Amino acid sequence: MNSSELLEKIAFNVIQGRVEAEDDGFDPGLEGRPAVTELVTEALDQNIDPKKILMESLTESMETVGEKFEKKEYLIPDMLASAECVGVAMDLLAPHLIKAGVESKGKFVIATVKGDLHDIGKNIVAIMLKGAGYQVIDLGTDVSVDRITAAVKENQASFLGLSALLTTTMRVMGEVVDQLKDEGIRDHVKVLIGGAPTSIEFAHEIGADAYCKDAFQAIDLLKTTAA
Amino acid sequence: MIELFRPGVLVKPYERLSRDQLQWLDQASLNILSDPGVWCYSERAARLFKEHGAKVREEDSSGAKCWRVSLPGGLIKEAVAKAPSRLVLGARKPENRLLLDTEVPRVYFGTGSEANIWLDTKLEDFVSEKDSTLKTKVPRYEEIRGSKALLSRAAKLCEQLEHLDFFIRPLNIQDPGITSDNHDVNKFFASLNNITKHVQAGLTSLARFKDVVTMAEIIAGGETALRENPIISFIACVFKSPLQIVDDTAEKVFAIVESGLPLVISSSPQGGSSAPIQEAGMVSQINAEILAGITLTQLIREGAPVLYGSVPVRARLDDLHDLYGCPEFNQYNIDCVQMARYYKVPCYSTAGVGDAKVPGMQAMFEKLFTHLYMATSGAQYIHYAFGLLDRTNCFCPLQAVLDNEQVGKIKHCLRAPKVSVQDTDDAVKMVKKVMASSHRLFARHARKAMHSGDISSPYQFETKDKKDNVIENALEYMARLEAEPAPHLDSDVVNRIYNEVPGLLPDLKTA
Repeated sequence: MNSSELLEKIAFNVIQGRVEAEDDGFDPGLEGRPAVTELVTEALDQNIDPKKILMESLTESMETVGEKFEKKEYLIPDMLASAECVGVAMDLLAPHLIKAGVESKGKFVIATVKGDLHDIGKNIVAIMLKGAGYQVIDLGTDVSVDRITAAVKENQASFLGLSALLTTTMRVMGEVVDQLKDEGIRDHVKVLIGGAPTSIEFAHEIGADAYCKDAFQAIDLLKTTAA
Repeated sequence: MIELFRPGVLVKPYERLSRDQLQWLDQASLNILSDPGVWCYSERAARLFKEHGAKVREEDSSGAKCWRVSLPGGLIKEAVAKAPSRLVLGARKPENRLLLDTEVPRVYFGTGSEANIWLDTKLEDFVSEKDSTLKTKVPRYEEIRGSKALLSRAAKLCEQLEHLDFFIRPLNIQDPGITSDNHDVNKFFASLNNITKHVQAGLTSLARFKDVVTMAEIIAGGETALRENPIISFIACVFKSPLQIVDDTAEKVFAIVESGLPLVISSSPQGGSSAPIQEAGMVSQINAEILAGITLTQLIREGAPVLYGSVPVRARLDDLHDLYGCPEFNQYNIDCVQMARYYKVPCYSTAGVGDAKVPGMQAMFEKLFTHLYMATSGAQYIHYAFGLLDRTNCFCPLQAVLDNEQVGKIKHCLRAPKVSVQDTDDAVKMVKKVMASSHRLFARHARKAMHSGDISSPYQFETKDKKDNVIENALEYMARLEAEPAPHLDSDVVNRIYNEVPGLLPDLKTA
């Protein structure tokens, strides 16, 4: 397979949402054929420029997926499948991109706050952000205020995403913002919050920068927010 | 029998009655048919029953000429056993044919009744009295007298409703040029020229029956082609409850059965007035009436294609009108479906009617209550399911569109479970894979099922904000469906019909 064929195949498999060869795709009959993981590995083995892989295969294909979503040909699972493909490809490409001097769109620490084990929404946001080119540091669920603050500091993160599903745990988000202030790093990080009980009013009340109703709103917002 | 037909939905039938109860009801019906027997106002039918061993005597007490017929159980059993357990209801398009089989609980839904009124819906803007900046759209309804044009429009719309499997003319045509003599040819032509699904109706007058058959033969491609693919069939309410065979309808039964075309023997007693309101009484009586009707068909012509047509209803006890959307309606009807299965005769059943006069919450309740319950019964052919309001007095196209969504969801809900060894193996593999990932999300694995149509969509007419725009959304959708071209017959077929079938009004003719 020559390099342009390979780049095309990577893009095709991103659109099909196939991470590994054993995955099925949007179209039938793809199971068993090389998918994004195998193809990106092969591309790197062939010394194809990682920037070319990023721009010509991953970015363009995600734009196509976005258009299909807009036209309602694709639904959320399709978007997530493609975003997951890009996330896996980015993991493989990251060391090569760093060597080539290409930076990610920014470091994004994300967590479900202390006392809350719900992570579906947080995971969807993490997958989509990774697929959109952000370096995501996912701290998981039930994460203490101290751990979140430490992760922001340690990674010099530009963004922090906080998630909660319970009315009893959403208050912890305010504690995180307060601690960021106490530690003197509040101005260095944009705090985005989300989750069923939260709202734009609540974001204002606790001093967060933004409320996002879903992953798409988060990505749209980040496009217009300077890190 | 045939390879191409509409899929309907194959259900695992819910059975309300035990085997013992079925047998008790069967015996009760046979007892009724024996004594008191039936009051037969058709001399021809009475004679035929007598020739086959029924006790027949002229009834003195009745004003009109009438015969009391006491039907022996053996005669009924033997005749009913000769009715086919499997039959095809044809259609202009082969893929729209229906395969009715008592061994296979495949459920089809269609229209019904012959309402005088077409209920039209328009949205008007209303302004709040308290705050003139607050506006809302409110549906306004107009009753329009049924006509050929509206019946044509109903057929054309029903062609587009994907979950509607067959078309019983839902509207009575009452144009100035329509008479009892040309009613049948015009209503069948208006239907057949606008829909490629199965068309069914009752006969207004026997005088034009042959012309209706000629029309269908021209469309189907000849006499034999029509019998192999009966694109039309008939309904005959031969019994006027309680237990009276109507002369005029009996004559229609003779003609239809002799023609070899399928026929529904339909009975619709009202629990509390023309039948007992109690479940056992209602079912014993309606079953007796239908069994006697089916017996008549098989005595006329052995093996005649016939459906067990059960439309038992309950009386409202405040005004003695029919009451459809109530528990007793479901109980009576599901019992009848079981009785039909017991005799191995395909069942024409009933659902989707209510007292509601306009689309809305009451209509939704009454319809869903019966649509869903009766679908679980495994009745092969469920009529009245689309567009009816105000009991069966009104056909509302908007309601038919709403019913289409409801019936579609019910069909989806009742699909056979997809649980095989392969499915469970795949499930375990999927769980392992997802649990090994960082995000533990199954969303990606929903895609295949989602795109293959295995996963249902949200309610088609939903509103995402805090409003109820169902009617507005459904009206928009209906406008899109009505913009589709009508599936008219080829012009040479239309010309031939107009040449050979008298009585068709010129304005129904399409190029």
